[in-house]
This record gives sequence, structure tokens and C-alpha cells, in this order.
Amino acid sequence: MVNGIMRTFKIGGVHPQDNKQFSAHQPITECPLPKQAIIPLVQHIGAPAQAVVEVGAKVKVGELLAKAGGFVSANICSPVSGTVTKIGDWTDAWGASGQAIFIDVEGDVWAPEIDRTPDLIRSCTLEPKAIIDKIAAAGIVGLGGACFPTHVKLLPPPGKKAEVLIVNGVECEPYLTCDHQLMLEHGEEIIVGIEILKRALGVDRAIIGIENNKKDAIEHMTKLAQTKLGIDIMPLKLKYPQGGEKQLIDACIGRQVPSGALPIEVGAVVDNVATIYAVYEAVQKNKPLISRVMTVTGKKVAKPGNYSVRFGTPIEEVIALAGGVPADTGKIIGGGPMMGRAMDHIENMPANKRLSGLLFLPEAESIRPEEENCIRCGKCVQACPMGLEPYLLQRLSQLELWEECEKHDVMDCIDCGCCVFTCPAHRRLLDGIRPAKAKVGAILRERAAAAAAEKK
Amino acid sequence: MKTFITAPAPHAHSGDSVRRNMLLVILALLPAYVVSVLEFGVGALITAAISVCACVLTEWCISRFLLKEQRQTIGDLSAVLTGLLLAFNLPSSLDWWIVLIGAIVAIGVGKMTFGGLGQNPFNPALVGRVFLLISFPAQMTTWPVPHGFNTSYLDAETGATPLYYLKHIAKTGDTSFVDQLPALKDAFLGVMGGSLGEVCALALIIGGLFLICCRVITWHIPVSIIATVALFAWIGTPAGMEAHQYVAYELLSGGLMLGAFFMATDYVTSPMSAWGKIIFGVGIGFIMMVIRTWGAYPEGMSFAILIMNACVPLLNKIRPQRFGEPKKA
Repeated sequence: MVNGIMRTFKIGGVHPQDNKQFSAHQPITECPLPKQAIIPLVQHIGAPAQAVVEVGAKVKVGELLAKAGGFVSANICSPVSGTVTKIGDWTDAWGASGQAIFIDVEGDVWAPEIDRTPDLIRSCTLEPKAIIDKIAAAGIVGLGGACFPTHVKLLPPPGKKAEVLIVNGVECEPYLTCDHQLMLEHGEEIIVGIEILKRALGVDRAIIGIENNKKDAIEHMTKLAQTKLGIDIMPLKLKYPQGGEKQLIDACIGRQVPSGALPIEVGAVVDNVATIYAVYEAVQKNKPLISRVMTVTGKKVAKPGNYSVRFGTPIEEVIALAGGVPADTGKIIGGGPMMGRAMDHIENMPANKRLSGLLFLPEAESIRPEEENCIRCGKCVQACPMGLEPYLLQRLSQLELWEECEKHDVMDCIDCGCCVFTCPAHRRLLDGIRPAKAKVGAILRERAAAAAAEKK
Repeated sequence: MKTFITAPAPHAHSGDSVRRNMLLVILALLPAYVVSVLEFGVGALITAAISVCACVLTEWCISRFLLKEQRQTIGDLSAVLTGLLLAFNLPSSLDWWIVLIGAIVAIGVGKMTFGGLGQNPFNPALVGRVFLLISFPAQMTTWPVPHGFNTSYLDAETGATPLYYLKHIAKTGDTSFVDQLPALKDAFLGVMGGSLGEVCALALIIGGLFLICCRVITWHIPVSIIATVALFAWIGTPAGMEAHQYVAYELLSGGLMLGAFFMATDYVTSPMSAWGKIIFGVGIGFIMMVIRTWGAYPEGMSFAILIMNACVPLLNKIRPQRFGEPKKA
């Protein structure tokens, strides 16, 4: 199987250096509890969560702090025990502001219903509805990066039926190794989690897609899945952005999700391995999503590794575990180098659901080279995994021709960065495409609202 | 509070650059240039030197004194490449001042008037060449005969190229000229008359394959040009010649290989999408064969590429295959 011709997605893609050697195979290390935890109320796509605790309240680990603020939203449970000292405005290291709950940590007292033993619990006899309710209660979101509330994905719109669960073990972002390490250390829990999700979705088939630079994970998961019916491991040829939901579905089952549609359109539901591990913990151990594994890495980092961090822990404490900020650091990226976001500072920034890693880039790699004229080489067109024309979209965006952008399918852009990565003239194509997506998105919403008003 | 550099993703780059691409194309031209120096001697050295220097200097002067640019672009090597390609398209015995005029027109008119690299609709080297061809028809069609390395520059013995004979055969059906054609082996290795850099098909193919392997160019344009020419020649083989023989001569003569691998594939003046490139290549092959067969000039590669250059904005309307879109072709 591994020796045969491996599958991958069909359009575009690039081959960045994977640079996973720094933190690969570093055992997951527990990060100590902080003195104060900052819990932002937006840690997912969708409406902000609404606080259900008040200042002065005593909370235990796992208790609900904020409930989902809409259909597409997610609960937030307390990652620490202590006293709520403040609920108020807060700005993150990316410059986004919102509400956050501040907790002074006192001890480590857990809610009684949480099973903290390391025992593996295999059997699950819950009804699909009960499983989905537990996942929603636990505040689980997609931990691969998008942070889409998981329970929403498990409720297909009327008339749509899931056929296959695709498990994302690709981890195509260079440098990051947290999902890899999680598969090696918690493969059995992930297999149980897959069984639970199959049950919730009513599908009899699951495919775990893993890129071929993680041969040990492929072998390990294959061994664990051997006795399980309907769980296949699919080794995939190395190519970025294979972990993109649409690309992964194409690679695994050869179906392409149409423009603007959801994966369910082709019968697929995709979940990341870290998300599935969280599902296992929520359903089998009653443990809500209160921590995640983060990779702290970079060429000059003293102790690069994979750290299990409670949400709310200031990232300074995680960085200290990894040996501090390296001397010549120019850029600190939350996430990987292709889609991660550069942080302005590290103070007052807590670990949260969307932070899959911290990457320290040396000064020399941090400055974007000067832009040159577009030489129309077409490499961005060849690289775009969505089959778009990035050079054209950037130009249309500069000219503010939003309708033209729409006609050229700007909304299909998945922000993967392949075009900028590949451009020999160092053109900042996405700097033009992102605002175009925002503009066209607004136009589409306006149009939909106008159409709805007309119907009434 | 220490702050760090922020910029939107991605934070990694392939390491590719405009300069790297230009450098690789220049490297790929070297085998053909070596052959050319061995065939045509000092003339090849002088012509290329004048052309390259004049192109670089023209770009620098325009950008420095006319446009008053802060940043100079000659470092990206695109002017060097234009100069080299122009020289490749000239007879090695051409007067130095004609080469100079060609270079000034190539960069000045062909490239800088449109805003420099990336903005020009037509291949600058071909603009220079065609300008010279129309202005100095006699000098531009006087081909030195290859004599091995020699030190004479302007007094080289001159003669007709195989294309002249091929056209004559095609037009008149007079097959007595078939004997005048160089042996196919010589045509392949470049022992025949022609422009400085176009004669050795073997060296040009090696350079072209190198560019495809380095992913500087894709196969679409060269393959579609060569396939179209071969098909056209095969169908249109004149009486008295074997089809395979005629096809081989058409492929190995004139600027076909140089054009297919190095001129038509110019990034700026060729289409973006795979299908656009294929149509572009087919168009070039077809127009060139029409000119070769029925036109006033024996060779039509430059005209064919320039005409198709003009179609590029139209060809760029062809969308690449979108993800999730039903298959088109």
C-alpha cells in the first residue's frame, strides 16, 4: 500500500520544506498551570460565546463559563479552577478585540463528573443525538485551524446524508508536529473517537488521511485499525495544502466539493485527529475541551517540542518551557508558516482553541522581499489548488472591480498562500485577494438580504 | 513590551526569483551559443557582446534618465536575456551599428515604452529583430556559411539557408534543389547557414529540456508548436520529397527550435493557463508554416510569435480548470 502510487489532490499545490525535524517525536509535555488565565469568548468561527458566570464566581475545571451564542458557535468550559476576577474587553496579539473572562487560578479542582483516569474506554452505546449533544456541551471545535464548531458539522442539513468520515491526519503546515505526536501517543483514543463519530453520523466507513512524511504514524494507525471494520488508513503523497478540507476529500475519495458548497454535498464529513481526540475525551471521559497540544518550534528554539497546554495559559509560560524567545527572532507566528498569523507581541496572549503552534522565525526570514513587476509567468495559476488566477484577482482587487472578482470566483480562495509562496516576483497576491473576498462576501450578503426582503 | 514583525501569511517562500528564472534561461542558451561560436567564430562573440551590452545600457539609461526610477531593474537579468536572444536571432556577420539599433529598439520600443518588465505585449527581442528585418532586408538575410571557428567577422563567406531551398522546392516543385540541402545530421548538429543561435537543434533541445526539468517553462508551448509544424509539413509534403524528410527539415531549419523553446515561452508574452498555452503554440506553428509555405519571407517564426503575442490577452480569458467544476475538455 505504501509502496504503490500514492494519492493526492489533483489541482495545484506546492512543496514547501516541511521543517518538522525540530519538534517531531518530542513527547507531549504538560505545561504547568498559570496564576491567571485569560479566556477569550471568541475561540471559534461564528457568534461569540456568552458568559454565564459573574465576577466573583468560583469555578471548577470543566464547568461552563460561556454558552454558545448562536447555532454556529461553541461553549467555553473553564480550563482552570479559581475565581472569576473580571469579564471585559481584551485585545489579542493579532489585534482583534473582544470579551474575555479573567480567572485567578486556585488549585486544580475538577468538576466531579470528569473521569481523569488514563483508562481507555472503548464501548460507546449512546444514541447519535446524545453523542452530538455531549460534543456541543464540551465546546469542541475543529482543531486543525478553522475552529468550526464540530457539532454543527455532525448535523447535516435536511436531505443530505453523510457517507464517509474523513479523518485529517495530514498536518500539511510545515514545522507543526502536534497532530503527528498525538497520533503516536493517543492513537487508540483516536480510533475510539472515530467509532463514536461514525456512530453519530450513521456512516460505516472512515478514512484516515496521513501524509507520507509521517511513516511511523501511518504504520501505527494501520496497526490499530487492523481489527476495526470500516477504518482505512490512506497514506498521501506530500503536497501542500493537502490538509485543506476540499483538497483532502479530493485526495481520499476523488470527489471535488463544488464551489460554495459544504463537504456534505459529496457525502463527506472531515474532522482533524486532534478534534477526534477531543471527541473521545468528551464522550467517554466527560472531559470538555479545555486544553490542546501545541507545537513550539523554530530553527533557533532551544527546546522545540509538543506541549499540552490548558487554554488561558499565557503563551509566555509555554515559550519559557521551550527555552524562551530565541535571540534573533524577527517574527512569532501563531500556527504554521503558510497560514499562521504573525503576533505583534507575546504578552497577555493566552493559549486558545485556535492556536496550534508557535513558530519563531529568525530576523532574516521575517522580512518580505520587495515586490517586483508581475512577469506573468503563470506560476501562481499552476500553484493554486482551487484553479483560480491569483495574478488576475489581485489586479482586479487593486482596481476595486468587485463584480469582476466575483465572476472570477474569488470566494473559492482558501487562503492557503500557495500563490505568494511560489511567486518569483514576490508579489503579495493575497494582500489584494483577502480584501476582495471581504468585499465580495459583503456584496453577496447584501444581495441575499435584498432577495429575502423582496420575497416578503 | 517587545514587538515583533507582523505581516500577512504566508511567511515562507519557495526561494524562486525573477533573476533565478532569467539566469536559468541564459544557462540553457549556453550550449547553443558554444556551438554558434564554434561555427561562426568571432562574429558570434562580437554580435552577442554588442547586443547584450546595448540592451542593458538602454534599459539603464531609460530607467535612470527618462523615467527617473529610484530602483534599477537591470539586476534582474531580463535585459541581458533580451540582448542574448536578439543576438541569437541575427546573422553573425551583421554590422555592429545595425546590432546596436536592434538592441535599442528591442529594449527601448519593445519593453520600456510599455513600463518595463512584465508590461510589454510583444517579445522585445523579436520586436528588435523584425524592426531590423524590415529596415535592413539585405543585411538581415545574408547568412554566413559555417566554417568552423574563424577570426574574420564581416567578410565571412555567405550562402543561402535550407529554408530558401525548401521554399523553392515547395513553390516550384523543382526537386533538383533537394541535393543542395544540408545532410539531416548536419541540420541537427547545426552545420548550416542561419541566424547566430538558431542553427544547432540538438543544443537548443538540450537547453529546452533543461528548462522544462527546472520547471522554468512547461512543455505545453514547445510541444504544441513542434507537433503543429510536424503535422502541417507531413500533410503538405511537396511531390518529390519523402514526408519524413520534409518534416525533419522543417523542424530543424530556421528559428523553429529557438522559437519554440526560448522565444515563444517568454513569460510576459505567453498565456497563463495550460489550454491557453496549447492554443498559443498551435497558432504559432500554423502561422509559421503558412508564411514558410506561401509567404514572401522564407522564415516566419518571428512573425508567427509576434502575431500570437497579440492574441495573448484574449487567450488569457481561458480559465484554468477550477476545483469542483465539471470537466471542460
